[in-house]
Amino acid sequence: MMNTFPTIAEIAAGLHTKQYSCTEITRHSLDRIRSQDAAIGAYLHVMEEDALATASRVDDAIARGEDLAPLAGVPIAVKDTILVADHPATAGSKILEPYVAAYDATAVARLKAQDAVLLGKTNCDEFAMGSSNETSAYKPVHNPWDRDRVPGGSSGGSAAAVAADLCVAALGSDTGGSIRQPAGFCGVVGLKPTYGAVSRYGLIAMASSFDVIGPFTRSAADARTVFEAIRGRDPRDATSGDGRNLKSQASNLKDLRIGIPKEYFGGGIDPDVEACVRNAIRVIEGFGCSVREVSLPNTSYGLAVYYVLMPCEVSANLARFDGIRYGLSEADSRQPIADSRSALEKVYVSNRTAGFGPEVRRRIMLGTYALSKGYADQYYTRALAVRNRIKRDFEAAFRDVDVLVTPTSPTPAWPFGATGDDPLAMYLADVFTVSANVAGIPALSLPCGFVERPPNHSRLPVGLQFMSRWFDEDALFALGVAYEQATEWHGEHPVV
Amino acid sequence: MLSREEVLHLATLSRIALSDDEVDRFASQLSSVLEYVGKIREVDVDVQREAVANITMLENVMREDEIRACTEEERQRIVQQFPMREGDLLKTRGVFDA
Repeated sequence: MMNTFPTIAEIAAGLHTKQYSCTEITRHSLDRIRSQDAAIGAYLHVMEEDALATASRVDDAIARGEDLAPLAGVPIAVKDTILVADHPATAGSKILEPYVAAYDATAVARLKAQDAVLLGKTNCDEFAMGSSNETSAYKPVHNPWDRDRVPGGSSGGSAAAVAADLCVAALGSDTGGSIRQPAGFCGVVGLKPTYGAVSRYGLIAMASSFDVIGPFTRSAADARTVFEAIRGRDPRDATSGDGRNLKSQASNLKDLRIGIPKEYFGGGIDPDVEACVRNAIRVIEGFGCSVREVSLPNTSYGLAVYYVLMPCEVSANLARFDGIRYGLSEADSRQPIADSRSALEKVYVSNRTAGFGPEVRRRIMLGTYALSKGYADQYYTRALAVRNRIKRDFEAAFRDVDVLVTPTSPTPAWPFGATGDDPLAMYLADVFTVSANVAGIPALSLPCGFVERPPNHSRLPVGLQFMSRWFDEDALFALGVAYEQATEWHGEHPVV
Repeated sequence: MLSREEVLHLATLSRIALSDDEVDRFASQLSSVLEYVGKIREVDVDVQREAVANITMLENVMREDEIRACTEEERQRIVQQFPMREGDLLKTRGVFDA
């Protein structure tokens, strides 16, 4: 069978014309995972039995001549921060190693309702905290384009799985860039939907005012198909919605007005990355769209706002992990707690100390500091005010333009260990992606070229980012599809 | 720069125990992040008036405050996760036990 996967639409056609059966595609996917994933590390858990059962159900439906949903029979992977009932959901953390999900996330239930074939759970940074997948408590993920380099993070396993053809699409979660940055590093398409466009029910919470679930795919059209399947209001997530209270915008390609925010092209961007993005902008100019420079004056505060608010929300959200109701429990007493605390509190401390890795501890303590009496106004409340300024920058820009075009990340994928013991160096990788989360707007990353890097002379993908108005994902897809028709970058596969 | 005492206090509030090495490492790492994020002080904002907790345009969602049970299957899956249990009851150490 194929070494690289067809698109979602091609799979639907192939199943319909009986070019292959769903069981064949599923077995092929599982074989590829078995033979290739040892070198990549994209999967933490493979759901072989369930995948084959779904495939056989799809084949029966085809035999009966039934109409299939757009994702029926499509092999899809799910980030391990998202719950699939009866399967592990570790979120890349030791504290959830023994945990088995009791229910399906709404996004997963909606994939299942279309008879998508769920292949397994993908590796990620611990509780989605990281930009390189190096904080996973289990194993690193290797970038399929150069295995000595990181895949990006935190959804590194999902990005690498799509890039290495270990699935056709994957779900990830994006809090500060965790879908778009790894999509850029691995040369695939990644969509961060509008905050609230996809239900967060069953997503292990990191920072609740930023978190959103979205797809990784090989093309913008496929991203739209997965997004359409998982989007929409869910009574189980009060922050979910369909944006129907917002006016819909024109998404006719020629009518799209494109903005280039000058603050994204200042210092700090790799010159080769900038050259790829500038070329992409010239391609877009060729579509007949108007392209103009715009300003988002508070851009340079986006990362600082994020690294105040996100740890605050992390410190609150991760308070629930204490090993009392589920998860790692009293497993490690290497650090005896000799003080006046009660037996119960010592259990909490012992479980959390054994279960949380260094990046998670750092962020919990940082958030605890920024929320504590005497500091909350200086940090938390002030960051909320600056967040509102950043949102207003976008509102102003979107009065004049429909889509903003920027690089996804300032650099291509870096070698393992390159950020060393300096967490701030890793945080800077999010500099172009966080603002969309800070403002809650949708953003799409797609491949726009390659740069060559020593010592392996590897070709490393470069990501192009589009951002649009709240709930105007259609504008991102329209421009994305047109860009892919004009270029070949999204068709490139790494040699695995 | 955060002192060792401040880091230890944060660890206590966070219910995490730190080794001696970790206290020093976190003191320097947390301080460098705090120094970086301190740049939000450069923005001239009216903090109390402009701080908005909800940046989305979503509307309030209301419903009756009624209890809805989960399925028996879900209940079983949740109970089976309990690290310590007595029948279907969750067991913990006593709050007042030393």
